Amino acid sequence: MNKILFKYTLRIADSSLILGQRMSEWCSKGPTLEEDIALSNIALDLFGQSNGFYSYASQIEGTKSADDLAFLRNEREFFNHQIVELENGNFGDTIVRNFLYDSFNFLFYSALKNSNDETLAALATKSLKEVKYHLRHSKNWLIRLGDGTEESNIKVQKALDNIWQYTSDLFEMDAIDLEMHDQKIGVNNAELKTKWDEIINLTLQEAKLNRPSDGYNASGGKKGIHTEYLGFLLAEMQFMQRSYPNAKW
Amino acid sequence: MQNGKIKKIWNLLDSVPDPEIPVISVVELGVIRDIIYENNNYEISITPTYSGCPAVKTFMDDIAECLKNNDIKNFLLKIVYSPAWTTDWMSDETKDKLRKYGISPPSDKVVCPQCNSSNTNLISEFGATACKSFHKCIDCLEPFEHFKCI
Repeated sequence: MNKILFKYTLRIADSSLILGQRMSEWCSKGPTLEEDIALSNIALDLFGQSNGFYSYASQIEGTKSADDLAFLRNEREFFNHQIVELENGNFGDTIVRNFLYDSFNFLFYSALKNSNDETLAALATKSLKEVKYHLRHSKNWLIRLGDGTEESNIKVQKALDNIWQYTSDLFEMDAIDLEMHDQKIGVNNAELKTKWDEIINLTLQEAKLNRPSDGYNASGGKKGIHTEYLGFLLAEMQFMQRSYPNAKW
Repeated sequence: MQNGKIKKIWNLLDSVPDPEIPVISVVELGVIRDIIYENNNYEISITPTYSGCPAVKTFMDDIAECLKNNDIKNFLLKIVYSPAWTTDWMSDETKDKLRKYGISPPSDKVVCPQCNSSNTNLISEFGATACKSFHKCIDCLEPFEHFKCI
């Protein structure tokens, strides 16, 4: 088994799955019917994407199924970016978290689609088409909320100030990333930062929001270190397989 | 001989409707990418429209059932991701079927399927299914769905 490729693929799958689970929590609670459908559709896209990456990871690993990978690992064995596990909070908190992450995800898949690994390239090409819509959705909402009422502006600015500390982690490169990038399989995340800054700065300006200053940075998701929120999310998401092992529909 | 056999499968699959939009078949939707016959086995390559489209499982089951009902049991359904599904694969004839069914077909300009006006408003980028967005016609005031271009 190619352990490095397995772990690299697993990380991508984990970030999609965890954000998908967060988005699914909005189902039936959206602020309007149309928005409820939009948030649930985004959840579906993310679940579909994670399934593609988990299936590939499962094929590389050779013994565990995609479902085993999703439902039978503990907190410390998940390698998603911490930003995606943050709680939904109010609608503005969700939009800010997603906008910051969607902007990264869009750039990440734009680069991964040129991977030397055919499967990763194919999955990235497919995912990119969907992530473009996700980014448009969160970006448009951020502008409406930031440039909306005084209250909506205050709320999204506060969300931005709170979530900002989780963004620098997106661009960190550890040994696995470097190795995959050397083999022209993986993406150089650090290089995405300039373009990410451009998207963020232009949008924040249009949304009449202030870019927070850099301070303490949370990181460690790729090493299996998480916020306290992930455990609760997994407890709910994995409940069925944990309580009724091998249960099938 | 082999080509005839494969053509028969294409024709059979052309009778399997899309579960969400039953006026077009899975072949017209463009999700059947390839059919090959090897070692007495048909290998049918299928690509999902959207990664998480719940209809994929349904039309895989429908395809399997259609083949079994026609006494074809030696087949394998394979999911492929490349090339990624695109609405560019839809023929003009298929787009016409969508329009008559009340869905604005994929195109850069969104046109109301009821009155052909292009004076329309976007209500939501996400419609009742992943592949459609939701709009309203300013001229005839009817709401309608548009098949997104991807």
